[in-house]
Amino acid sequence: MANSLNSGFLAWLRRDLLLAYRRRGEAASPLVFFVMVSTLIPLGLTPESARLAEVAAGMIWVMALLATLLSVDGLFASDYQDGSLEQLLITPQLLPMPLLGKITAHWLTTGLPLTLVSPLLGLMLSLPASGYLPMICSLALGTACLSLTGAVGAALTVSLRKGGLLLSLLVMPLYMPVIIFGTATVTYAIDGLNWLPPLAILGALFAASIALCPLAAAGALRITSAN
Amino acid sequence: MPHSPLLKVENLAFERDDNSVLENIDLSLNSGEIIQIEGANGSGKTTLLRLLTSALQPSAGNIFYKGSPIGECRYQYLSDMLYIGHQPAVKLTLTAEENLRWMVNSSAKTNQLSIADALAGVGLAGYSDIPCYTLSAGQHRRVALARLLISEAALWYLDEPFTAIDKQGVSFLESRLQEHLDSGGVVVLSSHQDLALNNLRKYSLNPPAGQVQ
Amino acid sequence: MSWQWFHRLGSPRWFYHNSARWLAWLCPIAAVVVLGGLVWGLAIAPEDAKQGNSFRIIYLHVPASFLALAGYYIMAIAGAVGLIWKMKLSYMVMKSAAPIGAALTFIALFSGAIWGKPTWGTYWVWDARITSMLILLFLYLGVMALQYAYHSIDAASKASAILALVGTVNIPIIYKSVDWWYTLHQPATIKFTSAPSMHPDMFQPLLVMIIGFYLFYAVALILHTRSEILRRERKTSWVRELLKPKQEFKADKQVGKR
Repeated sequence: MANSLNSGFLAWLRRDLLLAYRRRGEAASPLVFFVMVSTLIPLGLTPESARLAEVAAGMIWVMALLATLLSVDGLFASDYQDGSLEQLLITPQLLPMPLLGKITAHWLTTGLPLTLVSPLLGLMLSLPASGYLPMICSLALGTACLSLTGAVGAALTVSLRKGGLLLSLLVMPLYMPVIIFGTATVTYAIDGLNWLPPLAILGALFAASIALCPLAAAGALRITSAN
Repeated sequence: MPHSPLLKVENLAFERDDNSVLENIDLSLNSGEIIQIEGANGSGKTTLLRLLTSALQPSAGNIFYKGSPIGECRYQYLSDMLYIGHQPAVKLTLTAEENLRWMVNSSAKTNQLSIADALAGVGLAGYSDIPCYTLSAGQHRRVALARLLISEAALWYLDEPFTAIDKQGVSFLESRLQEHLDSGGVVVLSSHQDLALNNLRKYSLNPPAGQVQ
Repeated sequence: MSWQWFHRLGSPRWFYHNSARWLAWLCPIAAVVVLGGLVWGLAIAPEDAKQGNSFRIIYLHVPASFLALAGYYIMAIAGAVGLIWKMKLSYMVMKSAAPIGAALTFIALFSGAIWGKPTWGTYWVWDARITSMLILLFLYLGVMALQYAYHSIDAASKASAILALVGTVNIPIIYKSVDWWYTLHQPATIKFTSAPSMHPDMFQPLLVMIIGFYLFYAVALILHTRSEILRRERKTSWVRELLKPKQEFKADKQVGKR
């Protein structure tokens, strides 16, 4: 049984990664969005590096959140349209495991690239040097929370034709704690404080999300795919 | 003691928003038997098949597999089942071979036939490396139907398997179904086609009577 | 046997007929308590030493905030009951609770803003409690939006029940993190800590208002649920029977109630 649980997770993870690889252009768009919006900030705010440095951490986090939100919409959409979701619902494995595989694939293709690119944005927005490591750590943990929570929203709206906008309405309030502790980790480090406590809370949020979100998403999918 | 049929459906009903979609469905299938569900569009053929797969929860009634309710033997039931739905669940950016390999890996019971042989079996011999968006609708369905060649599952639920399939494909499918039945399997399928198979029973669905206007 | 009341409660028809009787009692009591509390709080209670008369808005603001939060839990519990026991009535209660709760959240925010102008010199401050209230409003709007997005009643009910439950798990986390965020950024000039102890002369009318708001909430929820019952059960024989004899008159009355 343990083996079959595992295979459900790995099979769907591998499949979604392969699919993302085949549509590289599409998969890269959240990343491009992330980088492009960051050029708007100096244009809209100020090119002065001292003032940019003040808002850099928060801005990078807000953009990461929006980029994740843009992409999480597609988590189940194509599977719903071509009938794969129907097959997923009747796998003998417990549904949360394959879902966790899909969510992991989503994080590996959006959250992780965002995290890896973020130092570049930090450079562009003159983030103080002490903020880089905390930013990378907090983004890696935080975007995983965003993918997990977003999956619940995506499952709730999968059968709706214009689910994308509604999805952001549903999920955005749930993202608040993540962005609070994510930015706090970076600002703590910049202010010379110990930044591990907020990061630890982010870790706790991640632990809670990984336990609960796949369950909630599974329940939601069974309901929304019923009609 | 009377031996219990492989699949038994008792008094199954399904309603959606207080409107009855299906009522009083009773089915019983022993190994080697096939039921063809007939009915007008919208009479609930797909709903019935999805109820059988347990993707939908019935509002009343029970489904028994080898005598026990499927809620109690969920894992066993689902791993002994193969369902091909209205949409073939083919990913357009994957090749035919990748699609089939993935479908097969996610189902529990398979035989030794290779992926390439199965694709050749459904007439897609030269197509295994080509992304599926270049294939036709009928070929997509053939990719999905290739699962039938590899599957060892006892219960086959097929929703309109002959859609977009040419004449030659239909007769091939018929012979594969007969093979499956002869080896003790069970098939429930929805189709408007007349099939030449042994032990075939038809089950007609009518819109439930007494519906509230 | 002992569960019979529970199943009866689940019948929309039973609820519709009996809630009329409850309303006959609840409406006048709620009206008396709310009016009494208002007069007591706005006219009789003493003026605040620092804030003058502007503090009196708490007699509206505090009870509304209380009910806004409690309402979310009432909505989520109704949704959970629906999911677990497949009870149609509780889905109707859940659907009715959403707009009422959202309205109360809005009242809390609005009255807070009015109070903020004389007190802080600005309508909007990113205070921990105000921010949490705003997020609560978003949570309500999400549930309502999901409710209206589905054509199928079953799907709408179950999906928004799940969303409400997810929100319930999140609310304490959101409140705690917003609190924490505020202490992190708290500007030194604005120290907003509620008075450690309120004078009983001020506190007693507040208590009356809170009770009054609970009663008012119950009345609003029952009324809303009743109209929802009629809408969803309009095809059943008992509702047709109900609306038949004086059809136009009754229909008018129902529109009036909304």
